[in-house]
This record gives sequence, C-alpha cells and structure tokens, in this order.
Amino acid sequence: MHPTRDRILTGLSFMALFAFLYWAKGNATEYQIRLMNNCAIFITLAVSYNLINGICGQFSLEPNAFVAIGAYTSALLTMSPAEKQISFIIEPLIWPLNVISIPFWLSLIVAGVVTGFLAFLMGFPVFRVRGDYLAIVTLGFGEVVRVVANNLQTITNGPLGLKGLVPHTNLWWSFGFMTCTLFFIWRLTKSSFGRAMKAIREDEVAAEAMGIRSFRYKMMAFTVSGFFEGIAGGLLAHLITTISPVLFTFFLTFNLLIIIVVGGLGSTTGCVISSVLFVLGSEALRAVEEPFSIGPVHVPGIPGMRMVIFAVILVMVMIFARQGIMGRGELSWQRLIDLLRRTGGLLRSRG
Amino acid sequence: MPFQMFLQQLINGISLGSLYGLVAIGYTMVYGILRLINFAHGDVLMMGCYFAFYAILIFSLPWYFSFLVAIFLTAVLGIAIDRGAYLPVRKGPRISALITAIGVSFLLENLALVIFGGRPKPFYRPPLFGKVIEWGDLHFLTLSLWIPFITLVLVLLLLLVIYRTRTGMAMRAIARDMETVRLMGVDVNRITSITFALGSALAAAGGIMWALKFPQIEPYMGIIPGLKAFVAAVLGGIGNVIGAALGGFLLGLLEIMLVALMPSLGGYKDAFAFLILIGILLFRPIGIMGEKLPD
Repeated sequence: MHPTRDRILTGLSFMALFAFLYWAKGNATEYQIRLMNNCAIFITLAVSYNLINGICGQFSLEPNAFVAIGAYTSALLTMSPAEKQISFIIEPLIWPLNVISIPFWLSLIVAGVVTGFLAFLMGFPVFRVRGDYLAIVTLGFGEVVRVVANNLQTITNGPLGLKGLVPHTNLWWSFGFMTCTLFFIWRLTKSSFGRAMKAIREDEVAAEAMGIRSFRYKMMAFTVSGFFEGIAGGLLAHLITTISPVLFTFFLTFNLLIIIVVGGLGSTTGCVISSVLFVLGSEALRAVEEPFSIGPVHVPGIPGMRMVIFAVILVMVMIFARQGIMGRGELSWQRLIDLLRRTGGLLRSRG
Repeated sequence: MPFQMFLQQLINGISLGSLYGLVAIGYTMVYGILRLINFAHGDVLMMGCYFAFYAILIFSLPWYFSFLVAIFLTAVLGIAIDRGAYLPVRKGPRISALITAIGVSFLLENLALVIFGGRPKPFYRPPLFGKVIEWGDLHFLTLSLWIPFITLVLVLLLLLVIYRTRTGMAMRAIARDMETVRLMGVDVNRITSITFALGSALAAAGGIMWALKFPQIEPYMGIIPGLKAFVAAVLGGIGNVIGAALGGFLLGLLEIMLVALMPSLGGYKDAFAFLILIGILLFRPIGIMGEKLPD
C-alpha cells in the first residue's frame, strides 16, 4: 500500500485528462467531442447507479426516473421566458417557472438537489421491500414519472417536451461534474458509510446485528445516487437540447444496467471502464444497422439489431461471466504497476 | 353514474380484468416455483400474438386452428427460455436470474422488432367475436362475453392440472420446498419447464384475446399488459393461482371505473396500477390471498 504515491498518480492522471480535453477542444471534431461528452455523462450515471445497486446491493431500476426529473428541472430553469412561451403552445407554463431563468451551473445544482430530495421521499415506501419487489417498485416509479411527464401539460409540456435548450454542456462541465462525482463516490465507498453499505449488501441481517441501521444507509445511497443522476440528467438535457418523455423510458435504465453488470456490480472503476466501452461500442455497432456490402453481397441495414446484440451480451455475461470485468474489486495503481512489471519481465526474459 | 353506464363499464372491466388475470397466472406460477419475476412474460405474450398473426397470414390456417398452433408454439418458446437462459443461472444469486430475465425481455422485444418490423400490424378479428350486441343503451362486442368465458374455462383446466395430477402435485410441492422435493426423486427441471410451458400458453391465450380486443400488434405491446398483470399477481398474493385471477379482475375493474368516474385522469391510467402496487406492498404485502410475507 502506497497511499501517497497512489494519490499523486491519480492527481497526475486527472491533470493529464484535463490537459487532453484542453487539446481536444481545439482539435477534435464535433462528433468526437459529442462522444467524449457522452462518455462523461454515462460514467457519472453508471457510477452513481452502481452506488445503490452494486455497493449497497439494493437492486433498483429507477435511474430513468431520476434522469428525467433532473433533465426537466434543469431545462425549465435555464430556458428563457420567451423560449418557454414559444414552447408551451397548448397550455402555458405555470407561475413562477415561466419567469425564472438562472445560470446553467446553478440549474444543475438545483436539479441535483430536487432529484435527491425526491429520491429521499421515494425511499420511504421503496425500502419497505427487498429483492425482486424492490426492482418492480422502482421500475414502477420510473413508469409513474414518465406518465406524469406525459400528462402534466402545464409543467412538462406533455408529449411535446421541451425544445430549443441552449447547448450549455461542454467538455468542461461534463468532465468537471464527472470528476466531482467520482471523487465523492470513491471517498464515500472507502469511508465507514461505504463499508456499512457493503455489509448490507453481503448480509443485511448480520449487518443489522452488528448495529448497522440498514434503512438509514440504503436511504443515503439512494439519495446520493439520485443527486448525481439528477445532475447528469441536466447535463444530458443541455447536450441533446430537446427532451421529451420518450427519452426517459426503461430503455435508459436498461443501458445503465448493462454498463454496471458488465463492469462488475459493485466496482466503481469497472463501471468507468464499461461506460467508455458502452459508448464506443454502441457507436461501432451502428454499422450493423446501416446497409453495407461485402464484395458483391449487399446486406441491408437492420434497425434494432444493436439492442439485440446488447441484450444477448447481458444474458451471456450473466450465464458465463457473472463477475463482469472487475468483479467487486477495484482497479488500483498497485495492480497496474504489477501488471506492467510482469509484462516487462516477460518481455525481458524473451528478449 | 347511471346504472346503465355502470353495467357497461362493468362489462368492460370484467373483460379487461380477465385478460390481466390470465397473464398474471403465468407470473404467479413461475414465482411460486422459482421465486423469480419473469420479466419476459409480457414479451412472451407479444410473441404469441405474432405467431397467431403469421399462422393466419402465411399458412392461411383457419383462425381457431392457428390460435391453437400459436399457443403451442408459445409454450415451446417458454420452455426454450427456461432451458436456454434461466436454467444456467439458477444456481447463482437471485439477482443474476432477475437481470437475465430483464435481458431476455429486451432480447424478445428487439428480436421482434428486427424480424417482424416496428410498424403495428392489424390483427384479424373473426366474425364470431366481432358482432355488436345491443341491450337497450348497452352495446358491446360478443368478444367481451367470450373473454371472461374462455378465461374461466382455462383457469378451471389449470386448476384441474394443479390439483388433480401428479405433475400438479409436484409443482405445489416444489413451491413449498424445492430441495426436499429433489431428494424425493422428482425431476425439478422437468416440472419447471412444464410450469413455463403452461404459463406461456396462458400468456399466449391472453395475448391473442388482447389483440382481438385492441386489434393491432407491435413489438412493444407486451410491456403494459405484462406490468399490469404483475401488479395483479401481487394484488392477489403472489404464488397463488386463484389469487392472481382475482387480482386481475379487481385491477381491471378498478382501472375502468377510475377512468369512468374521473375522465380527466384518463392519461394517468397506466400510473394508477403502480400506485396500487406501492399501496399493497406498504399495507398488505401478502396480497389478498397470499400466505406468507414475500422476501
């Protein structure tokens, strides 16, 4: 264990990341920047989803609800009053939302706080149940949020959604919030709170017997996860600039579920790796949905094929590699250095 | 609400409720044996509808025969899902099985999207079900009477299987204690497959009637009946077949009556079932006919 060395290395690598972003801002294409933003947002989402599902072991299916709440909150706060008047054609937006317009960063914080608070309220009924029931109840909340977004015309503009958001989200915002989320959740899982959550995951009855109030820790994990997912929702809204209820179906949760399962339920670094793999992989798989030719054979594009492949991957991972990439372990500098040494030694012994 | 309108809504509610009930039985049977929420159940229902659709369209079978073929094929699909996806993860933690089920659900939906296309297809409604009956101010399709009748017959047949055959006895025993039953020399995997086959066949029957009622089919059509039926199963007390049927009736009636009494809330209809679910889990987690607290 070399805590100081590890801290320095981590700091250096984040500095390298931001130096790279600075370079990318001037040199990368719009498409590449879009992908990098997607990566950052998915990492934020997956790491916070993993806190409740992987670290605390409470299998829940609600991120689409939290992302939706965050996205709508932040979008309603940043849109200018004039823009709102144009968007809400069927019924006007209620006061005071129709006159408010606040800076982007503040709207993200508010989105996080609102989502976190709703998560806290949801937690009371949700954590009365466990296991499969928890999954279904949280899935139900996701559906309720979507139905409400579809029907609450005076706030969400119904199925029309919100259009014409200013594309505030750039590399600094998305990677900045990603770094904050990673830092906070990493510290949390390494603290006594995190150890209590893991104890609940392993055996709730035993944890209770050791004096851990499981309800309290579950609520904490759920609220924190809601807070960061709300912020990520706000970032997502201002990246794609148009939001409507169809964006926040169970499909979104399914994608995040694949990410955390492939990364290894309970591994923060695993989630980071698999988020990047997911974003890049789904771009690469775009090819199967487009028509292509192998020599004289013309293969028409198959829309929907990507999701078939993802679903097969999920089932296969469950059957053959339940641990995912990292299992419950974390990628550490020590492991990386050992790996480098071993490959180095191997190369030397050959050469 | 005038009495005439009440009767009208009652008929609608009963026919919708029977469908929820039929589908809910599939959930409840699988849950009783494996303690697994079969997320893919609603999508199995959807596949059943497509089988019926293509049996009529491609092989131009008469409708009653093609429905039977579709129900049979769906039962085979149920067995295939059990053997291919659920059996390999059965020894692992329960969460793995649940994740697998979610994966299978997405796989079926998107496979249907790829194979059958995303555009909704019109479903053939035989004239037997399409006649409009008028009694005074009441008017409804003959289908609305056929649905509860067929449901009743199917449930009675199922109860006969569960309570009067050796296979049924094995099912009930496995629901109590799988390990002991295995030691008694019962082939648990075989019984589980039969359970999946029966549940899927009922889902197909429910799905076909659903498609007759709302005469078009599309790859995502199974999601809403699937979720609602799950709520119905919990409402009735999960693991209990009669409870599931009752829960289905109750949910269908409540939903129809809610919309009839408060038309302005019509848009929130789909959220209503979940509010009921949360309510039951908070106040009576064992449901109407359940025996023990679910874990």
